[in-house]
Amino acid sequence: MTTGTGIGASIKRREDFRFLKGLGRYTDDMTMPNMTYCVFVRSPVAHAKLGKIDLTAASKSPGVVAIFTATDLEAVGGVPCGWLVTDRHNKPMIEPKHPILAAGKVRHVGDPACAVIAETYAQARDAAEKVSIDYQELAAVVDMKKAMLGGAAVHDEAPNNLCFDWELGDKAAADAAFAKAAHICKIDLINNRLVPNAMEPRAAIGAYDLATEEHTLVTTSQNPHVIRLLMGAFVLGIPEHKLRVLSPDVGGGFGSKIFHYAEEALVTWGAKKIGRPIKWVAERSESFLSDAHGRDHVTHAEMAFDKDGMALGLKVDTLANLGAYLSTFAPSVPTWLHGTLMAGQYMTPAIHVNVKAMFTNTVPVDAYRGAGRPEATYVLERLMSKAAAEMGMDQAELRRRNFIRKFPYQTPVAVVYDTGDYDAHLDKALALADYKGFEARRAAAKARGKLRGIGVSAYIEACGIAPSSLVGALGARAGLYEAATVRVNPTGSVAVMTGSHSHGQGHDTTFAQVVADKLGIGIEMVDIVHGDTAKVPFGMGTYGSRSLAVGGTAIVEALNKVIDKGRRIAAHLLEASEADIVFENGAYQVKGTDRKKTFGEIALTAYVPHKYPIDKIEPGLEETAFYDPKNFTFPSGTYICEIEIDPATGETQIIKFTAADDFGNIVNPMIVEGQVHGGLAQGIGQALLENAVYDDNGQLKSGSYMDYCMPRADDLPSFDITTTNTPCTHNPLGVKGCGEAGAIGSPPAVINAICDALRDYGVMHMDMPATPEKIWRALQVAMPKAAE
Amino acid sequence: MPHVTMEVNGKAVKVDVAPSALLVEVLRRDLALTGTHVGCDTSQCGACVVHMNGASVKSCTVLAMQANGAKIVTIEGLSQGTNMHPVQAAFKEAHGLQCGFCTPGMVMSSADLLARNPNPSETEIRSWLKGNICRCTGYHNIVKAIQIAADTMSKKAAAE
Repeated sequence: MTTGTGIGASIKRREDFRFLKGLGRYTDDMTMPNMTYCVFVRSPVAHAKLGKIDLTAASKSPGVVAIFTATDLEAVGGVPCGWLVTDRHNKPMIEPKHPILAAGKVRHVGDPACAVIAETYAQARDAAEKVSIDYQELAAVVDMKKAMLGGAAVHDEAPNNLCFDWELGDKAAADAAFAKAAHICKIDLINNRLVPNAMEPRAAIGAYDLATEEHTLVTTSQNPHVIRLLMGAFVLGIPEHKLRVLSPDVGGGFGSKIFHYAEEALVTWGAKKIGRPIKWVAERSESFLSDAHGRDHVTHAEMAFDKDGMALGLKVDTLANLGAYLSTFAPSVPTWLHGTLMAGQYMTPAIHVNVKAMFTNTVPVDAYRGAGRPEATYVLERLMSKAAAEMGMDQAELRRRNFIRKFPYQTPVAVVYDTGDYDAHLDKALALADYKGFEARRAAAKARGKLRGIGVSAYIEACGIAPSSLVGALGARAGLYEAATVRVNPTGSVAVMTGSHSHGQGHDTTFAQVVADKLGIGIEMVDIVHGDTAKVPFGMGTYGSRSLAVGGTAIVEALNKVIDKGRRIAAHLLEASEADIVFENGAYQVKGTDRKKTFGEIALTAYVPHKYPIDKIEPGLEETAFYDPKNFTFPSGTYICEIEIDPATGETQIIKFTAADDFGNIVNPMIVEGQVHGGLAQGIGQALLENAVYDDNGQLKSGSYMDYCMPRADDLPSFDITTTNTPCTHNPLGVKGCGEAGAIGSPPAVINAICDALRDYGVMHMDMPATPEKIWRALQVAMPKAAE
Repeated sequence: MPHVTMEVNGKAVKVDVAPSALLVEVLRRDLALTGTHVGCDTSQCGACVVHMNGASVKSCTVLAMQANGAKIVTIEGLSQGTNMHPVQAAFKEAHGLQCGFCTPGMVMSSADLLARNPNPSETEIRSWLKGNICRCTGYHNIVKAIQIAADTMSKKAAAE
């Protein structure tokens, strides 16, 4: 255990005081002089031609300032997509326009057709109810398999609703592997659609200053610079220097606040139009209908094994739902963030993945905590446990037999793992979960009339996204580096401007620990600044578990430049050669002597350069670095879930959840544990509780917390978590991402445990969420069989 | 326009309100007490929990008019200045918050729990928290925080 405040110390979070005292500053907490309020009129039907929009009554409603429809926005671009996927026939994906306000057609329940601006929020709501729209209903496309058959089309450009048909891997090699198989495990599964549900609903305030011609957007974003780029360049045509985007305190993101949304563009554009600031805040029911959803795959997969249980090949066919429009990163999720993970921790030599991505009349689907990787892990880890059960092998042993042990490892699905030690976390998890003692616990439960099961999941994930040249080749329309500026003030305090964004991750603490550690100064001397394009030089933001591995590395690189400049100044002051100066514990010292200058003295000298080599070194001490990662980082881990089912009710209780993760080096163990807890809760939520359900007409039946089952405190256990450490080989901190692992690894662990508990009943698979009803029904069918 | 008179965080206030105005709207908008949050529209998430006459209530489900004559304590009034209430201190100690959005409601709700039940079991804590949704922490550290706060408060009570 490291003491102090540096790298490795579990210091308490510096941001907590303001949150605990009610002093956080979220977008909806802000007001601007003369501000107006916006309410969107959203489609109540999934698919319709827009007939007449009658604004007569609404316009006369008290307090109305303006009402906008698509005809007002003809000069404005559509919401852009940031990733171009090329399909297996070398054709670009079909990319229909996504208008800010629905033009001609509405394509999902919640599609905004009209924006009403009024003096107060209540007046905007009242007026919105008076807008009369003639929706000429069309057949809704909801089920992906039916969508492929043609008939109704979400977009004319895609008559059979196929956006792209993508593949990865070697089909011929996979077929050949299957021809040699001693056992083939097959599975059909659904990765259930989820609603991210950050607790702070999305919100945006747009403002325009006529004097400076500057636009300001305050928005609940994980990446304000990305919003500035997308909205400025592609939607509204505002150059960067005239568009400031702020994301102050943001109440959770989980992916859903990465994307550029129409509401942000509308308030920014509208503020100039009406000459007053406009605020929009989503109601929760509106969030359900307008935040990008996650997951939603229908998959058939097969895995071939030899007689000893060695994996020979894997074939995966997936239908991926994109919803009605292409959200910012949507095309990358079921493809490059999904297919590339199909090797998992195993040496499977031949893999082929086919993904058909479909348009449907549902809310757009995009990255949600894990984004593609939970879907891949679920397929692979369900197959491993199901195959083990079918072959009569232990599920942990089958995994161990197939582990990759030589690194770097080139997978058959494009990525290269830099490092890992899968035995280490498997061993640790098995011990912590008392895996050996399980059969005795199963027998004891049986004696009490309960069905006990244990499920193993060994996940890998690729995060810390990502090398720009690699993602560029794969279709990304942006680079995925990160930027940081380290500004040393004359009296030695330090401001760090980072392009990463904290919306719960604790960057104010973790990044400050890194800085304090590297500079040998007190953590109270360090300020972390983020979330404002006017303060931070540039940034790609926080998602894909990249903040420390990419954003943190950018800070380290900037720190190195500061330290190097300081060394040149110190060499001058100490009249020594630069090569002889070492920087340790916050001081520059001439090697082998006691002559030294503290970091603070150097800082002051840099700004008061009286005795200074001014012809060789500029005054000031401020450096910027852009860091582009060399590879993904590859965290891995073993999760073990032990559950008990009450056959009378079908209710599942998690008895023990064990997680052993390898995140490489860890800066703040307390914060990392918190990230794992949160990820586990979301993964367990997916496995047992959460489900976004559409009816055949495209109505979202689970559109509030009354219907969408969010995990509550009494749904979850306390977790048993631990870590192992193989440092990442290609970033200076040796760190890997930890934000998404919990959500990636846990769903299959839970379902594997349930299937294990139900094995005597012949239940080999159960789709998520495994609700008590589903389990009870399965038992009713199976029970007579088991009793025979 | 009708008005309500309340004591909010120890201060008497009189606010003109529309009859349909919710307590949370008056707190956030008219009194600029933005620590109390709105996370849903079905009275499920608990981000808006405040104390009304000593008991926790969801301020999104109380009409401002209903609070006439009431004593209201919001997160801003739970402790003064740089001090923290033992529940606030324990949330920091146990890393019981991440994004901070559900936190004010969680803290207010937890403080009420400990006022009613100074030594709750884990099951009792989890059951009490059913009305407060957190998406970040998985509740693990929130439960720990409440246990720490219970311990601190009971030791303090014993000493007094």
